[in-house]
Amino acid sequence: MTILAKKPQSLTDVPMHYCPGCGHGIVHRLMAESFDELQIADRVIGVAPVGCGVFADDYFACDMVQGAHGRGPAIATGIKRSKPKAIVFSYQGDGDLASIGMAEIVHAAVRSENITVIFINNAIYGMTGGQMAPTTLVGQVATTAPKGRDPKLQGWPINMCEMLSQITGAKYLERVAVDTPQHVMAAKKAIKKAFENQVKGVGFSMVEVLSQCPTNWHASVDQALEFVRTQMMPQYPLGVFKDEEAR
Amino acid sequence: MPRIEVDVNRCKACYLCVNACPKKCLGKSTVISKKGYFPAEMQRPQDCIGCKMCYMMCPDVAITVIKE
Repeated sequence: MTILAKKPQSLTDVPMHYCPGCGHGIVHRLMAESFDELQIADRVIGVAPVGCGVFADDYFACDMVQGAHGRGPAIATGIKRSKPKAIVFSYQGDGDLASIGMAEIVHAAVRSENITVIFINNAIYGMTGGQMAPTTLVGQVATTAPKGRDPKLQGWPINMCEMLSQITGAKYLERVAVDTPQHVMAAKKAIKKAFENQVKGVGFSMVEVLSQCPTNWHASVDQALEFVRTQMMPQYPLGVFKDEEAR
Repeated sequence: MPRIEVDVNRCKACYLCVNACPKKCLGKSTVISKKGYFPAEMQRPQDCIGCKMCYMMCPDVAITVIKE
């Protein structure tokens, strides 16, 4: 009997609290698999965000800190600078990273901190009940944009990867999705590379993951996946935006 | 022969695995779990090819893929 695939060792046995069909669990697993494969599980220190991922410290079998809203990259900077051998990641959502934490992420990239940031983009504030996020699409309905996001009133969505790619200190930026097994495999590759970069000391690496939020999109799981493909991907095209090491 | 095991205490019945299975082996159970969901289950084990796509899509890491 051979086990082809099972829960990675870097995840604990605690069942996740995420809603059925949410992409967070898939990303947690991909990160845990990367820790196992790179054999860095014993020196990983993570920073959990404010948002749906706030209980991530229960799920990863590594040291974790739960940071103030949006301050993940700042906390990760402190940990990395005081413990250079640690592998430090900040796990953030779009409300956390692209709204209140915008300054922290931009300056962590400017300083090219040797940390890994996993950015979950689901175009909405999940935990607080579906408010408009900076990444909410034009026309998308949210509780604070009941008629849909109107650019004249609320502006346009932010494309974080494109924005950070202008910064010299950002070394690796890729946008992936977790809507199909093919995209999950590509996401795995990207996440593993982001951690490999940190082991090699390349510099600031960020992977943006387009994730589904069936609960706050008021959609079935199938409709949510369809929304990722037909609505989110035209606004947030998948791909590598920066890969300095490759040059 | 490959087979899968679904941890019914973790499964939240999103059925991403059911849709991901290229051989359409998986289905919805008729037995309610402790959590109050109808978990995914293997319904046509003879067709399973052990491709791990169900495992890859499962957000709750409830699936183990085993080859006998």
